[in-house]
Amino acid sequence: MSTQTRPAPVAPMPQQRPVAPAPVEHLSGAASVVRSLEEAGAEVVFGIPGGAVLPVYDPLLDSRRVRHILVRHEQGAGHAATGYAQATGRVGVCMATSGPGATNLVTPIADAHMDSVPLVAVTGQVGRSLIGTDGFQEADICGITMPITKHNFLVSDAREIPETIAAAFHLASTGRPGPVLVDIPKDILQADTTFRWPAEVHLPGYRPAARPHAGQIGTAAKLIATARRPVLYVGGGVLKARASAALLRLAELTGIPVVTTLMARGAFPDSHIQHLGMPGMHGTVAAVAAMQRADVIIALGARFDDRVTGQLSTFAPGAAVIHADIDPAEIGKNRVADVPIVGDAREVITDLVAAVTAEQAAGVVADLTAWWAELDQLRETFPLGYEWPADGTLAPQYVIQRLGAIAGPDAVYASGVGQHQMWAAQFISYEKPGTWLNSGGLGTMGYAVPAAMGAKVGRPDTTVWAIDGDGCFQMTNQELATCAIEGIPIKVAVINNGNLGMVRQWQTLFYGERYSQTDLGTHKHRIPDFKLLAEAYGCVGLRCESKEDVDRTIDAAMAIDDRPVVVDFTVGADAQVWPMVAAGTGNDHIMAARGIRPLFDED
Amino acid sequence: MSRHTLSVLVENKPGVLARVASLFSRRGFNIHSLAVGPTENPEVSRMTIVVAVEELPLEQVTKQLNKLVNVLKIVELPPGGSVNRELVLIKIRADAATRSQVVTVVDMFRAHVVDVTTESMTIEAAGTTDKLDAMVKLLEPFGVREIVQSGMVALGRGPRSITSERLRAD
Repeated sequence: MSTQTRPAPVAPMPQQRPVAPAPVEHLSGAASVVRSLEEAGAEVVFGIPGGAVLPVYDPLLDSRRVRHILVRHEQGAGHAATGYAQATGRVGVCMATSGPGATNLVTPIADAHMDSVPLVAVTGQVGRSLIGTDGFQEADICGITMPITKHNFLVSDAREIPETIAAAFHLASTGRPGPVLVDIPKDILQADTTFRWPAEVHLPGYRPAARPHAGQIGTAAKLIATARRPVLYVGGGVLKARASAALLRLAELTGIPVVTTLMARGAFPDSHIQHLGMPGMHGTVAAVAAMQRADVIIALGARFDDRVTGQLSTFAPGAAVIHADIDPAEIGKNRVADVPIVGDAREVITDLVAAVTAEQAAGVVADLTAWWAELDQLRETFPLGYEWPADGTLAPQYVIQRLGAIAGPDAVYASGVGQHQMWAAQFISYEKPGTWLNSGGLGTMGYAVPAAMGAKVGRPDTTVWAIDGDGCFQMTNQELATCAIEGIPIKVAVINNGNLGMVRQWQTLFYGERYSQTDLGTHKHRIPDFKLLAEAYGCVGLRCESKEDVDRTIDAAMAIDDRPVVVDFTVGADAQVWPMVAAGTGNDHIMAARGIRPLFDED
Repeated sequence: MSRHTLSVLVENKPGVLARVASLFSRRGFNIHSLAVGPTENPEVSRMTIVVAVEELPLEQVTKQLNKLVNVLKIVELPPGGSVNRELVLIKIRADAATRSQVVTVVDMFRAHVVDVTTESMTIEAAGTTDKLDAMVKLLEPFGVREIVQSGMVALGRGPRSITSERLRAD
């Protein structure tokens, strides 16, 4: 097995490690790729072979350090690598051939880019003599992925393979993580070359953020210590920096309320008394109110996404903003930062703990009693909740809540995109980092099944549930075949409401209940029958249609560990996600339920 | 909208111009002109980019440019503190009757005649945007057949060079 330390998201730069010069090996370019992946610490690669990348698959057959998992669609490979990375904190790796193989990776690469996931994609390219000739299966994948990668490389010399792959892993995993694509022409894969793993990575234009500025930390600490209505706005950067423990210290030191964004669920325990829940379009009333009425917002690894701020001009009008992010370009991009801090979230929070402690020692301790009384009143009056469908059908929220209660806080939950995603973010209690995986930025339907597969490969001893919709599930469920054959026993809860549920919700609210093209027929025609589909894929298929069967069915699924399980939870079509801030409106217009605007109607 | 001149040192690698251009178009930044060429260091190219943006978006432009792995350094050159030049080639109608009038204009602007035929003259001029605009205005009445113009190149005034400070964030 590998003796190399696997790169973590914030791994030390390779050049800082003293490395003895490695011996030179003579091999093919393709073997050099495999050796490089081994040295970079890739334990698993998700991919599909094809003409241009075929040379790599020959030496890959002999690698004892890299496991290749043959997926059924390259999009599955990309999301699986993302799920693996999100669940383990290591770099996810996917591989595809040129042309259509590479373009099928575009969606997961864009997804990883939006959610800052450390991902390395290796693609075969047509031979150099064919580049630019519209050769068979030629696509300019470097050109195509330029705006959706942190960086990409077209390798032009077989000798550059090791340093390019080392650079790709370094770029993907350091600073603000992101996807890096390495495109390698076939003739380079076939060329004779030498291999030596580089002792250092040469990237003169790449300097991930330095230590947080002490002066800014001091200014922020003064602001925090004296704030009367502060809120900690926690984003995905806190998870990437593995800063949850530090965050807990800062929160408990200051007593400041915490909100965790969709990308940060699990960064702070949901059960903690200071946790107000998720902010944003489908956030809790208390979390949204805390941001709107704050005098100081402490944004940690968050990026003021439009789904969090609502209409930007009316977002948190009275708040001074302390904005800490490892990416300087995020600071001031959407909302002006009064105290900008560039740095890794863990270092920033650790420094803030020390600086705030010093302020408190000097006697500066803000009284948050009134602020908490206001917020407590809101969360008591407007807790998350749902109503049972009037037609007696199963409430999807209940299914998801029971799933979370039975599978517990140690399980990993990967969701698709839509209503079920929001309910899974709301009604499952996340206590630990890395237990909630979803496509937050790009909103990629079809993420759940392959991401769960990748997470299960990275954490085989953990229960991994994909919570999917019937629409999402039909986009990528072919990876059930991969799971069944490769021995990856994930569990899939299809929250089957027969419709593209979130789109239908918008049609209900904003398009006069005119349901254009949202009925998928998974209720009406039962096409496909998800139970039979699961069985056809070598999985266990279960179905649950009533409240009484929910616990029993989940228990049955939990008891199976030798095969993937798919449960068709047939639920009502009319359930809606509440609270909601309608797109384009301000957060003050948050509706706890249809027509109820608790923040707007007051005063 | 105001114009800002950015001097950008980039690694001399394939695709760098495409990365910069695509960044500008994706983020909705307006490029007024862009000039790129080699520098004293063969591994480094220098771009002079004139952007038309307000102050806050300018900060976004430089931050986003800085995120490109091949970008080494970015400096904004203030109008008063730098020497700015564009190059223009103009082909105008000129015969024996009008040639001497054209030459008068050319001399006034310290430009050069670089090609002459019985019916045309081609003039080369370098200078600031204002100077070149003024010259073109005076030449227009003779009849302009074609104009080609380079993007602006610029250097900071004084003894310091862009590379005399250590590279970005070092």
